[in-house]
Amino acid sequence: MNKVALRSAPPAPSMGQTLWALLTRDLKVAARRQSDLATVVFFFGVVAALFPLAIGPEMGTLRLIGPGILWVAALLAAMLSMGRLFSADYADGSLEQLLLSATPLPFLVAAKIAAHWLLSGLPLVILSPLLALQFDLPGEAMKILMLTLLVGTLSLSLVGAVGAALTLGLRSSELLLSLLVLPLYIPTLVFGAGAVQAEMSGLGAQGHVSLLMAVLMLALFLCPWAAAAALKIALE
Amino acid sequence: MNWANSEAFWAMGGYGLYVWGSFGVVAIGLVAEVLMARRASLQIWRNLRDEVSDNQAP
Amino acid sequence: MVLPWFQYAAPQRFYGLAGRLYPFCFVLAALLGAVGLYMGFFVAPTDAQQGEAYRIIFIHVPASWMSMVIYCAMAFWSALGLGFKTRISGLMAQALAPTGALFCFLSLWTGALWGKPMWGTWWVWDARLTSELILLFLYAGYMALTRAIDDPQRRDQAGALVALVGVINVPIIYFSVKWWNTLHQGSSVSMTQAPSMAHTMLWAMLGVTLACWAYAVGMALYRVRGLILQREHDTGWVQALAQSQAKSLNQENPAESGAGA
Repeated sequence: MNKVALRSAPPAPSMGQTLWALLTRDLKVAARRQSDLATVVFFFGVVAALFPLAIGPEMGTLRLIGPGILWVAALLAAMLSMGRLFSADYADGSLEQLLLSATPLPFLVAAKIAAHWLLSGLPLVILSPLLALQFDLPGEAMKILMLTLLVGTLSLSLVGAVGAALTLGLRSSELLLSLLVLPLYIPTLVFGAGAVQAEMSGLGAQGHVSLLMAVLMLALFLCPWAAAAALKIALE
Repeated sequence: MNWANSEAFWAMGGYGLYVWGSFGVVAIGLVAEVLMARRASLQIWRNLRDEVSDNQAP
Repeated sequence: MVLPWFQYAAPQRFYGLAGRLYPFCFVLAALLGAVGLYMGFFVAPTDAQQGEAYRIIFIHVPASWMSMVIYCAMAFWSALGLGFKTRISGLMAQALAPTGALFCFLSLWTGALWGKPMWGTWWVWDARLTSELILLFLYAGYMALTRAIDDPQRRDQAGALVALVGVINVPIIYFSVKWWNTLHQGSSVSMTQAPSMAHTMLWAMLGVTLACWAYAVGMALYRVRGLILQREHDTGWVQALAQSQAKSLNQENPAESGAGA
Protein backbone atom coordinates (compact mmCIF):
# COMPACT_ATOMS: atom_id res chain seq x y z
CA MET A 1 0.00 0.00 0.00
CA ASN A 2 1.36 3.37 -0.95
CA LYS A 3 2.01 5.67 1.92
CA VAL A 4 1.01 9.19 1.12
CA ALA A 5 3.36 11.59 2.77
CA LEU A 6 1.37 13.94 4.92
CA ARG A 7 1.95 17.51 4.02
CA SER A 8 0.54 20.65 5.49
CA ALA A 9 -1.74 22.59 3.19
CA PRO A 10 -0.03 25.10 0.94
CA PRO A 11 0.04 28.58 2.47
CA ALA A 12 -3.11 30.57 1.74
CA PRO A 13 -2.54 33.39 -0.74
CA SER A 14 -2.03 36.82 0.77
CA MET A 15 -4.74 39.40 0.33
CA GLY A 16 -2.63 41.22 -2.25
CA GLN A 17 -2.24 38.05 -4.27
CA THR A 18 -5.96 37.36 -4.09
CA LEU A 19 -6.87 40.83 -5.28
CA TRP A 20 -4.32 40.73 -8.08
CA ALA A 21 -5.63 37.34 -9.17
CA LEU A 22 -9.20 38.70 -9.25
CA LEU A 23 -8.17 41.75 -11.22
CA THR A 24 -6.22 39.80 -13.84
CA ARG A 25 -8.96 37.24 -14.09
CA ASP A 26 -11.55 39.95 -14.81
CA LEU A 27 -9.27 41.46 -17.44
CA LYS A 28 -8.73 38.08 -19.09
CA VAL A 29 -12.46 37.38 -19.16
CA ALA A 30 -13.14 40.77 -20.68
CA ALA A 31 -10.36 40.32 -23.21
CA ARG A 32 -12.34 37.46 -24.73
CA ARG A 33 -15.31 39.74 -25.18
CA GLN A 34 -13.80 42.76 -26.86
CA SER A 35 -17.20 44.07 -27.81
CA ASP A 36 -17.61 45.67 -24.37
CA LEU A 37 -14.55 47.85 -24.78
CA ALA A 38 -15.54 48.67 -28.35
CA THR A 39 -19.04 49.66 -27.23
CA VAL A 40 -17.76 52.15 -24.68
CA VAL A 41 -15.31 53.75 -27.06
CA PHE A 42 -17.79 53.81 -29.92
CA PHE A 43 -20.52 55.38 -27.80
CA PHE A 44 -18.19 58.10 -26.55
CA GLY A 45 -17.03 58.94 -30.04
CA VAL A 46 -20.47 58.86 -31.61
CA VAL A 47 -22.15 61.08 -29.01
CA ALA A 48 -19.33 63.61 -29.24
CA ALA A 49 -19.61 63.60 -33.03
CA LEU A 50 -23.38 63.94 -33.11
CA PHE A 51 -23.49 67.24 -31.27
CA PRO A 52 -21.67 69.33 -33.89
CA LEU A 53 -23.99 67.79 -36.47
CA ALA A 54 -26.96 68.91 -34.45
CA ILE A 55 -25.67 72.32 -33.38
CA GLY A 56 -23.75 73.51 -36.42
CA PRO A 57 -20.08 73.67 -37.37
CA GLU A 58 -19.37 77.16 -36.02
CA MET A 59 -16.10 76.69 -34.16
CA GLY A 60 -16.67 79.44 -31.65
CA THR A 61 -19.85 77.79 -30.36
CA LEU A 62 -18.30 74.35 -30.36
CA ARG A 63 -15.28 75.50 -28.41
CA LEU A 64 -17.62 77.02 -25.84
CA ILE A 65 -19.76 73.95 -25.29
CA GLY A 66 -17.10 71.35 -26.08
CA PRO A 67 -16.01 70.63 -22.49
CA GLY A 68 -19.59 70.08 -21.41
CA ILE A 69 -20.43 67.83 -24.34
CA LEU A 70 -17.30 65.73 -23.97
CA TRP A 71 -17.90 65.29 -20.27
CA VAL A 72 -21.56 64.34 -20.73
CA ALA A 73 -20.63 61.86 -23.46
CA ALA A 74 -18.00 60.29 -21.20
CA LEU A 75 -20.44 60.16 -18.29
CA LEU A 76 -23.12 58.44 -20.38
CA ALA A 77 -20.62 55.94 -21.77
CA ALA A 78 -19.43 55.15 -18.24
CA MET A 79 -22.98 54.90 -16.91
CA LEU A 80 -24.09 52.50 -19.61
CA SER A 81 -21.17 50.18 -18.96
CA MET A 82 -21.83 49.91 -15.20
CA GLY A 83 -24.43 47.19 -15.58
CA ARG A 84 -21.73 44.77 -16.68
CA LEU A 85 -19.73 45.05 -13.49
CA PHE A 86 -21.40 42.25 -11.58
CA SER A 87 -23.94 40.76 -13.98
CA ALA A 88 -21.69 38.16 -15.64
CA ASP A 89 -20.40 36.83 -12.32
CA TYR A 90 -23.91 36.88 -10.89
CA ALA A 91 -25.20 34.82 -13.79
CA ASP A 92 -22.62 32.04 -13.49
CA GLY A 93 -22.54 31.90 -9.69
CA SER A 94 -18.98 33.10 -9.14
CA LEU A 95 -20.27 36.19 -7.35
CA GLU A 96 -21.66 34.05 -4.54
CA GLN A 97 -18.27 32.38 -4.28
CA LEU A 98 -16.70 35.79 -3.83
CA LEU A 99 -19.02 36.46 -0.92
CA LEU A 100 -17.76 33.30 0.78
CA SER A 101 -14.13 34.26 0.40
CA ALA A 102 -11.93 34.96 3.41
CA THR A 103 -10.85 38.25 1.90
CA PRO A 104 -13.07 41.12 3.03
CA LEU A 105 -15.70 41.84 0.41
CA PRO A 106 -15.03 45.59 0.05
CA PHE A 107 -11.50 44.84 -1.14
CA LEU A 108 -12.74 42.27 -3.65
CA VAL A 109 -15.28 44.79 -4.91
CA ALA A 110 -12.52 47.40 -5.25
CA ALA A 111 -10.48 44.96 -7.35
CA LYS A 112 -13.45 44.34 -9.63
CA ILE A 113 -14.06 48.07 -9.95
CA ALA A 114 -10.41 48.58 -10.85
CA ALA A 115 -10.61 45.99 -13.62
CA HIS A 116 -13.86 47.49 -14.88
CA TRP A 117 -12.39 50.99 -14.90
CA LEU A 118 -9.33 49.86 -16.86
CA LEU A 119 -11.70 48.66 -19.57
CA SER A 120 -14.38 51.34 -19.55
CA GLY A 121 -12.93 54.46 -17.91
CA LEU A 122 -9.32 54.54 -19.05
CA PRO A 123 -10.23 54.17 -22.75
CA LEU A 124 -12.32 57.34 -22.44
CA VAL A 125 -9.33 59.22 -21.04
CA ILE A 126 -7.13 57.99 -23.88
CA LEU A 127 -9.66 58.84 -26.58
CA SER A 128 -10.53 62.27 -25.22
CA PRO A 129 -7.72 64.33 -26.80
CA LEU A 130 -8.75 63.11 -30.22
CA LEU A 131 -12.33 64.18 -29.65
CA ALA A 132 -11.20 67.43 -28.06
CA LEU A 133 -9.57 68.31 -31.38
CA GLN A 134 -12.98 68.13 -33.01
CA PHE A 135 -14.07 70.92 -30.69
CA ASP A 136 -10.91 72.95 -31.19
CA LEU A 137 -10.02 72.94 -27.52
CA PRO A 138 -6.64 74.52 -26.75
CA GLY A 139 -3.79 72.32 -25.55
CA GLU A 140 -3.98 73.30 -21.89
CA ALA A 141 -7.70 72.62 -21.83
CA MET A 142 -7.07 69.22 -23.38
CA LYS A 143 -4.66 68.36 -20.60
CA ILE A 144 -7.18 69.41 -17.97
CA LEU A 145 -9.84 67.40 -19.76
CA MET A 146 -7.71 64.28 -19.60
CA LEU A 147 -6.88 64.88 -15.95
CA THR A 148 -10.49 65.47 -14.95
CA LEU A 149 -11.63 62.43 -16.92
CA LEU A 150 -8.92 60.33 -15.27
CA VAL A 151 -10.03 61.32 -11.78
CA GLY A 152 -13.70 61.60 -12.67
CA THR A 153 -14.18 58.25 -14.39
CA LEU A 154 -12.68 56.58 -11.32
CA SER A 155 -15.33 58.27 -9.18
CA LEU A 156 -18.02 57.30 -11.67
CA SER A 157 -16.93 53.66 -11.61
CA LEU A 158 -16.87 53.62 -7.80
CA VAL A 159 -20.27 55.24 -7.41
CA GLY A 160 -21.74 53.22 -10.27
CA ALA A 161 -20.68 50.01 -8.54
CA VAL A 162 -23.08 50.77 -5.68
CA GLY A 163 -25.92 51.17 -8.16
CA ALA A 164 -24.91 48.01 -10.02
CA ALA A 165 -24.90 46.02 -6.77
CA LEU A 166 -28.30 47.37 -5.71
CA THR A 167 -30.00 46.55 -9.02
CA LEU A 168 -28.46 43.10 -9.43
CA GLY A 169 -30.81 40.70 -11.17
CA LEU A 170 -33.81 43.02 -11.22
CA ARG A 171 -35.99 43.53 -14.26
CA SER A 172 -35.17 46.68 -16.25
CA SER A 173 -32.03 46.97 -14.14
CA GLU A 174 -30.24 49.15 -16.72
CA LEU A 175 -32.85 51.87 -16.43
CA LEU A 176 -33.01 51.56 -12.66
CA LEU A 177 -29.25 51.78 -12.38
CA SER A 178 -29.15 54.93 -14.48
CA LEU A 179 -31.94 56.52 -12.45
CA LEU A 180 -30.26 55.70 -9.13
CA VAL A 181 -26.79 56.72 -10.13
CA LEU A 182 -27.47 59.93 -12.09
CA PRO A 183 -28.00 62.24 -9.07
CA LEU A 184 -24.83 60.84 -7.56
CA TYR A 185 -22.91 61.63 -10.76
CA ILE A 186 -23.84 65.29 -10.84
CA PRO A 187 -21.14 66.74 -8.55
CA THR A 188 -18.47 64.93 -10.58
CA LEU A 189 -19.93 66.31 -13.80
CA VAL A 190 -20.16 69.84 -12.46
CA PHE A 191 -16.57 69.88 -11.20
CA GLY A 192 -15.14 67.98 -14.17
CA ALA A 193 -16.63 70.02 -16.97
CA GLY A 194 -16.30 73.17 -14.88
CA ALA A 195 -12.57 72.62 -14.51
CA VAL A 196 -12.03 72.57 -18.28
CA GLN A 197 -14.18 75.65 -18.75
CA ALA A 198 -12.37 77.44 -15.96
CA GLU A 199 -9.07 76.64 -17.64
CA MET A 200 -10.34 77.98 -20.94
CA SER A 201 -11.66 81.18 -19.44
CA GLY A 202 -8.39 81.88 -17.68
CA LEU A 203 -9.65 81.36 -14.14
CA GLY A 204 -7.51 78.29 -13.54
CA ALA A 205 -8.78 74.82 -12.84
CA GLN A 206 -7.16 74.20 -9.45
CA GLY A 207 -10.31 74.71 -7.43
CA HIS A 208 -12.41 72.37 -9.53
CA VAL A 209 -9.71 69.72 -9.73
CA SER A 210 -9.24 69.81 -5.95
CA LEU A 211 -12.96 69.29 -5.44
CA LEU A 212 -12.91 66.48 -7.99
CA MET A 213 -10.12 64.83 -6.00
CA ALA A 214 -12.12 65.29 -2.81
CA VAL A 215 -15.09 63.53 -4.40
CA LEU A 216 -12.77 60.71 -5.47
CA MET A 217 -11.38 60.34 -1.95
CA LEU A 218 -14.88 60.17 -0.53
CA ALA A 219 -15.91 57.63 -3.15
CA LEU A 220 -12.78 55.56 -2.59
CA PHE A 221 -13.52 55.23 1.12
CA LEU A 222 -17.28 54.82 1.00
CA CYS A 223 -18.23 53.07 -2.23
CA PRO A 224 -16.47 49.69 -1.96
CA TRP A 225 -17.98 49.29 1.49
CA ALA A 226 -21.46 50.41 0.33
CA ALA A 227 -21.31 48.23 -2.78
CA ALA A 228 -20.29 45.23 -0.66
CA ALA A 229 -23.26 45.87 1.65
CA ALA A 230 -25.54 46.12 -1.38
CA LEU A 231 -24.18 42.83 -2.77
CA LYS A 232 -24.92 41.07 0.50
CA ILE A 233 -28.45 42.52 0.45
CA ALA A 234 -28.94 41.34 -3.12
CA LEU A 235 -27.57 37.85 -2.63
CA GLU A 236 -29.02 36.86 0.74
CA MET B 1 -60.47 92.07 3.99
CA ASN B 2 -58.27 92.46 0.95
CA TRP B 3 -60.76 92.06 -1.85
CA ALA B 4 -63.36 94.54 -3.02
CA ASN B 5 -65.46 91.85 -4.66
CA SER B 6 -65.21 88.24 -5.82
CA GLU B 7 -63.98 89.24 -9.29
CA ALA B 8 -60.96 90.90 -7.73
CA PHE B 9 -60.30 87.73 -5.73
CA TRP B 10 -60.27 85.48 -8.78
CA ALA B 11 -58.28 87.99 -10.84
CA MET B 12 -55.52 88.31 -8.22
CA GLY B 13 -54.38 91.64 -9.60
CA GLY B 14 -53.89 90.20 -13.07
CA TYR B 15 -51.92 87.18 -11.85
CA GLY B 16 -54.93 84.93 -11.50
CA LEU B 17 -53.61 82.39 -13.99
CA TYR B 18 -50.41 81.88 -12.03
CA VAL B 19 -51.87 81.91 -8.53
CA TRP B 20 -54.79 79.64 -9.29
CA GLY B 21 -52.67 77.54 -11.61
CA SER B 22 -50.47 76.88 -8.61
CA PHE B 23 -53.11 76.26 -5.97
CA GLY B 24 -55.27 74.38 -8.44
CA VAL B 25 -52.53 71.90 -9.29
CA VAL B 26 -51.78 71.48 -5.57
CA ALA B 27 -55.43 70.68 -4.92
CA ILE B 28 -55.54 68.24 -7.83
CA GLY B 29 -52.33 66.60 -6.62
CA LEU B 30 -53.57 66.13 -3.07
CA VAL B 31 -56.93 64.77 -4.16
CA ALA B 32 -55.24 62.45 -6.66
CA GLU B 33 -52.88 61.15 -4.00
CA VAL B 34 -55.68 60.46 -1.55
CA LEU B 35 -57.76 58.68 -4.19
CA MET B 36 -54.83 56.58 -5.36
CA ALA B 37 -53.95 55.60 -1.80
CA ARG B 38 -57.55 54.65 -1.14
CA ARG B 39 -57.67 52.57 -4.31
CA ALA B 40 -54.46 50.77 -3.32
CA SER B 41 -55.90 50.07 0.11
CA LEU B 42 -59.11 48.62 -1.34
CA GLN B 43 -57.05 46.41 -3.64
CA ILE B 44 -55.04 45.10 -0.70
CA TRP B 45 -58.22 44.26 1.20
CA ARG B 46 -59.64 42.53 -1.86
CA ASN B 47 -56.51 40.42 -2.20
CA LEU B 48 -56.66 39.53 1.48
CA ARG B 49 -60.27 38.43 1.32
CA ASP B 50 -59.54 36.31 -1.75
CA GLU B 51 -56.62 34.72 0.04
CA VAL B 52 -58.74 33.96 3.10
CA SER B 53 -61.54 32.44 1.05
CA ASP B 54 -58.97 30.39 -0.90
CA ASN B 55 -57.65 29.05 2.40
CA GLN B 56 -61.13 28.12 3.54
CA ALA B 57 -62.36 26.49 0.35
CA PRO B 58 -61.37 22.84 0.13
CA MET C 1 -38.18 55.54 29.28
CA VAL C 2 -37.69 54.57 25.68
CA LEU C 3 -38.51 50.90 26.21
CA PRO C 4 -42.34 51.12 26.16
CA TRP C 5 -42.09 52.59 22.66
CA PHE C 6 -40.42 49.46 21.33
CA GLN C 7 -43.70 47.60 21.57
CA TYR C 8 -44.79 49.54 18.51
CA ALA C 9 -42.08 47.85 16.48
CA ALA C 10 -44.51 44.93 16.37
CA PRO C 11 -46.51 45.29 13.16
CA GLN C 12 -49.82 44.53 14.80
CA ARG C 13 -49.36 47.20 17.45
CA PHE C 14 -48.17 49.76 14.93
CA TYR C 15 -51.15 48.96 12.70
CA GLY C 16 -53.48 49.81 15.56
CA LEU C 17 -51.60 52.95 16.53
CA ALA C 18 -51.50 54.22 12.95
CA GLY C 19 -55.21 53.52 12.61
CA ARG C 20 -56.00 55.65 15.63
CA LEU C 21 -53.68 58.50 14.66
CA TYR C 22 -54.23 59.15 10.99
CA PRO C 23 -57.76 60.55 11.20
CA PHE C 24 -56.54 63.13 13.72
CA CYS C 25 -53.73 64.05 11.36
CA PHE C 26 -56.08 64.71 8.49
CA VAL C 27 -58.44 66.76 10.64
CA LEU C 28 -55.49 68.77 11.94
CA ALA C 29 -54.25 69.28 8.40
CA ALA C 30 -57.63 70.55 7.25
CA LEU C 31 -57.96 72.97 10.16
CA LEU C 32 -54.44 74.33 9.94
CA GLY C 33 -54.73 74.56 6.17
CA ALA C 34 -57.97 76.49 6.39
CA VAL C 35 -56.53 78.92 8.92
CA GLY C 36 -53.27 79.34 7.02
CA LEU C 37 -54.92 79.89 3.65
CA TYR C 38 -57.48 82.26 5.11
CA MET C 39 -54.72 84.36 6.60
CA GLY C 40 -52.76 84.13 3.36
CA PHE C 41 -55.56 85.33 1.14
CA PHE C 42 -57.68 87.54 3.35
CA VAL C 43 -55.44 88.95 6.05
CA ALA C 44 -51.94 89.23 4.59
CA PRO C 45 -51.58 92.48 2.66
CA THR C 46 -50.60 92.89 -0.96
CA ASP C 47 -46.87 92.96 -1.53
CA ALA C 48 -45.47 96.29 -2.63
CA GLN C 49 -43.13 94.85 -5.29
CA GLN C 50 -44.76 91.63 -6.35
CA GLY C 51 -48.44 92.42 -6.19
CA GLU C 52 -50.79 89.51 -5.70
CA ALA C 53 -48.59 86.91 -7.37
CA TYR C 54 -46.47 86.59 -4.23
CA ARG C 55 -49.30 84.65 -2.60
CA ILE C 56 -47.99 81.55 -4.34
CA ILE C 57 -45.35 81.59 -1.63
CA PHE C 58 -47.94 80.27 0.81
CA ILE C 59 -47.85 76.90 -0.90
CA HIS C 60 -44.46 76.99 -2.63
CA VAL C 61 -42.33 77.32 0.50
CA PRO C 62 -44.26 74.72 2.53
CA ALA C 63 -44.06 72.27 -0.39
CA SER C 64 -40.29 72.77 -0.69
CA TRP C 65 -39.71 72.36 3.03
CA MET C 66 -41.87 69.26 3.18
CA SER C 67 -40.10 67.65 0.23
CA MET C 68 -36.84 67.94 2.16
CA VAL C 69 -38.23 67.09 5.60
CA ILE C 70 -39.91 63.96 4.25
CA TYR C 71 -36.69 62.81 2.59
CA CYS C 72 -34.86 63.25 5.89
CA ALA C 73 -37.63 61.30 7.62
CA MET C 74 -37.19 58.50 5.08
CA ALA C 75 -33.47 58.48 5.82
CA PHE C 76 -34.22 58.36 9.55
CA TRP C 77 -36.54 55.35 9.21
CA SER C 78 -34.01 53.73 6.87
CA ALA C 79 -31.23 54.08 9.42
CA LEU C 80 -33.54 52.72 12.11
CA GLY C 81 -34.43 49.76 9.94
CA LEU C 82 -30.84 48.89 9.09
CA GLY C 83 -29.81 49.31 12.72
CA PHE C 84 -32.62 47.48 14.51
CA LYS C 85 -33.73 45.24 11.63
CA THR C 86 -37.35 46.23 12.27
CA ARG C 87 -39.80 45.66 9.42
CA ILE C 88 -41.92 48.68 10.31
CA SER C 89 -39.03 51.07 9.63
CA GLY C 90 -38.67 49.97 6.04
CA LEU C 91 -42.43 50.16 5.53
CA MET C 92 -42.60 53.69 6.98
CA ALA C 93 -39.89 54.87 4.60
CA GLN C 94 -41.77 53.36 1.67
CA ALA C 95 -45.03 54.90 2.88
CA LEU C 96 -43.50 58.37 3.06
CA ALA C 97 -41.91 58.40 -0.38
CA PRO C 98 -44.93 59.13 -2.63
CA THR C 99 -46.03 62.12 -0.55
CA GLY C 100 -42.49 63.47 -0.56
CA ALA C 101 -42.26 63.09 -4.31
CA LEU C 102 -45.60 64.87 -4.73
CA PHE C 103 -44.46 67.84 -2.64
CA CYS C 104 -41.20 67.94 -4.58
CA PHE C 105 -43.07 68.13 -7.88
CA LEU C 106 -45.48 70.75 -6.48
CA SER C 107 -42.52 72.80 -5.29
CA LEU C 108 -41.08 72.83 -8.80
CA TRP C 109 -44.46 73.53 -10.41
CA THR C 110 -45.45 76.40 -8.10
CA GLY C 111 -41.93 77.77 -8.29
CA ALA C 112 -42.14 77.96 -12.07
CA LEU C 113 -45.53 79.65 -11.94
CA TRP C 114 -44.16 82.15 -9.45
CA GLY C 115 -41.04 82.80 -11.49
CA LYS C 116 -42.74 83.55 -14.78
CA PRO C 117 -44.69 86.66 -13.74
CA MET C 118 -42.03 87.86 -11.31
CA TRP C 119 -38.77 87.30 -13.11
CA GLY C 120 -39.97 86.63 -16.64
CA THR C 121 -38.76 83.06 -16.80
CA TRP C 122 -40.30 79.66 -16.03
CA TRP C 123 -37.00 78.19 -14.92
CA VAL C 124 -33.64 79.30 -13.69
CA TRP C 125 -30.65 77.10 -12.93
CA ASP C 126 -29.94 78.42 -9.48
CA ALA C 127 -28.72 76.18 -6.67
CA ARG C 128 -32.06 75.65 -4.97
CA LEU C 129 -34.17 74.91 -8.03
CA THR C 130 -31.54 72.60 -9.50
CA SER C 131 -31.13 70.76 -6.21
CA GLU C 132 -34.92 70.41 -5.93
CA LEU C 133 -35.01 68.91 -9.41
CA ILE C 134 -32.31 66.41 -8.47
CA LEU C 135 -34.25 65.61 -5.29
CA LEU C 136 -37.15 64.60 -7.54
CA PHE C 137 -34.80 62.18 -9.31
CA LEU C 138 -33.75 60.79 -5.94
CA TYR C 139 -37.38 60.17 -5.00
CA ALA C 140 -38.05 58.60 -8.40
CA GLY C 141 -35.03 56.33 -8.02
CA TYR C 142 -36.09 55.19 -4.55
CA MET C 143 -39.65 54.49 -5.63
CA ALA C 144 -38.57 52.69 -8.81
CA LEU C 145 -36.12 50.48 -6.94
CA THR C 146 -38.52 49.51 -4.15
CA ARG C 147 -41.22 48.66 -6.66
CA ALA C 148 -38.84 46.52 -8.72
CA ILE C 149 -37.82 44.21 -5.88
CA ASP C 150 -40.16 41.37 -4.96
CA ASP C 151 -38.40 39.99 -1.92
CA PRO C 152 -39.58 42.12 1.05
CA GLN C 153 -36.35 41.97 3.05
CA ARG C 154 -34.24 42.89 0.06
CA ARG C 155 -36.68 45.69 -0.75
CA ASP C 156 -36.42 47.16 2.75
CA GLN C 157 -32.64 46.97 2.91
CA ALA C 158 -31.92 48.14 -0.64
CA GLY C 159 -34.37 51.03 -0.25
CA ALA C 160 -32.78 51.96 3.04
CA LEU C 161 -29.31 52.01 1.47
CA VAL C 162 -30.50 54.19 -1.40
CA ALA C 163 -32.24 56.64 0.97
CA LEU C 164 -29.15 56.95 3.17
CA VAL C 165 -26.76 57.40 0.24
CA GLY C 166 -29.15 59.98 -1.14
CA VAL C 167 -29.32 61.97 2.07
CA ILE C 168 -25.54 62.20 2.16
CA ASN C 169 -25.64 63.27 -1.45
CA VAL C 170 -28.13 66.12 -1.08
CA PRO C 171 -25.79 68.59 0.66
CA ILE C 172 -22.98 67.63 -1.72
CA ILE C 173 -25.21 68.34 -4.70
CA TYR C 174 -26.41 71.60 -3.22
CA PHE C 175 -22.87 72.74 -2.58
CA SER C 176 -21.60 71.74 -6.01
CA VAL C 177 -24.47 73.47 -7.80
CA LYS C 178 -24.00 76.60 -5.69
CA TRP C 179 -20.30 76.58 -6.60
CA TRP C 180 -21.16 76.05 -10.24
CA ASN C 181 -23.61 78.93 -10.12
CA THR C 182 -21.39 81.52 -8.48
CA LEU C 183 -18.43 80.71 -10.71
CA HIS C 184 -20.45 81.03 -13.87
CA GLN C 185 -21.67 84.46 -12.83
CA GLY C 186 -24.98 83.44 -14.27
CA SER C 187 -28.25 84.74 -13.03
CA SER C 188 -28.08 87.37 -10.38
CA VAL C 189 -31.71 86.52 -10.25
CA SER C 190 -32.59 84.18 -7.46
CA MET C 191 -36.03 82.75 -7.53
CA THR C 192 -35.90 82.44 -3.79
CA GLN C 193 -36.18 86.15 -3.22
CA ALA C 194 -39.14 86.32 -0.91
CA PRO C 195 -40.91 89.57 -0.21
CA SER C 196 -39.98 91.07 3.13
CA MET C 197 -42.20 89.22 5.51
CA ALA C 198 -45.00 90.98 7.28
CA HIS C 199 -46.05 89.10 10.41
CA THR C 200 -49.30 87.98 8.89
CA MET C 201 -47.46 86.54 5.88
CA LEU C 202 -45.15 84.58 8.15
CA TRP C 203 -47.98 83.17 10.22
CA ALA C 204 -49.93 82.18 7.13
CA MET C 205 -46.92 80.36 5.71
CA LEU C 206 -46.31 78.61 9.02
CA GLY C 207 -49.92 77.53 9.21
CA VAL C 208 -49.84 76.00 5.73
CA THR C 209 -46.49 74.33 6.47
CA LEU C 210 -47.85 72.66 9.60
CA ALA C 211 -50.92 71.64 7.62
CA CYS C 212 -48.72 69.98 4.98
CA TRP C 213 -46.74 68.26 7.70
CA ALA C 214 -49.88 66.88 9.35
CA TYR C 215 -51.16 65.76 5.95
CA ALA C 216 -47.88 64.00 5.16
CA VAL C 217 -47.89 62.17 8.50
CA GLY C 218 -51.53 61.18 8.07
CA MET C 219 -50.92 59.98 4.52
CA ALA C 220 -47.88 57.95 5.58
CA LEU C 221 -49.75 56.32 8.48
CA TYR C 222 -52.68 55.48 6.21
CA ARG C 223 -50.39 53.98 3.59
CA VAL C 224 -48.27 52.03 6.05
CA ARG C 225 -51.36 50.20 7.29
CA GLY C 226 -51.88 48.79 3.81
CA LEU C 227 -48.19 47.90 3.56
CA ILE C 228 -48.33 46.13 6.92
CA LEU C 229 -51.33 44.07 5.82
CA GLN C 230 -49.51 43.08 2.64
CA ARG C 231 -46.30 42.21 4.42
CA GLU C 232 -47.97 40.29 7.26
CA HIS C 233 -50.68 38.75 5.12
CA ASP C 234 -49.99 35.21 6.30
CA THR C 235 -50.04 35.95 10.01
CA GLY C 236 -52.91 34.99 12.28
CA TRP C 237 -54.09 38.47 13.17
CA VAL C 238 -54.29 39.62 9.54
CA GLN C 239 -56.12 36.48 8.47
CA ALA C 240 -58.57 36.94 11.33
CA LEU C 241 -59.05 40.59 10.35
CA ALA C 242 -59.70 39.63 6.74
CA GLN C 243 -62.11 36.90 7.75
CA SER C 244 -64.17 39.19 9.95
CA GLN C 245 -64.25 41.79 7.20
CA ALA C 246 -65.34 39.21 4.65
CA LYS C 247 -67.99 37.98 7.04
CA SER C 248 -69.41 41.43 7.64
CA LEU C 249 -69.49 42.02 3.89
CA ASN C 250 -71.37 38.75 3.38
CA GLN C 251 -73.85 39.79 6.03
CA GLU C 252 -74.46 43.05 4.17
CA ASN C 253 -74.87 41.31 0.82
CA PRO C 254 -76.24 37.81 1.39
CA ALA C 255 -77.00 37.47 -2.33
CA GLU C 256 -73.30 37.69 -3.18
CA SER C 257 -72.08 34.99 -0.84
CA GLY C 258 -72.41 32.27 -3.45
CA ALA C 259 -68.70 31.53 -3.19
CA GLY C 260 -69.10 30.01 0.30
CA ALA C 261 -68.33 26.33 0.84
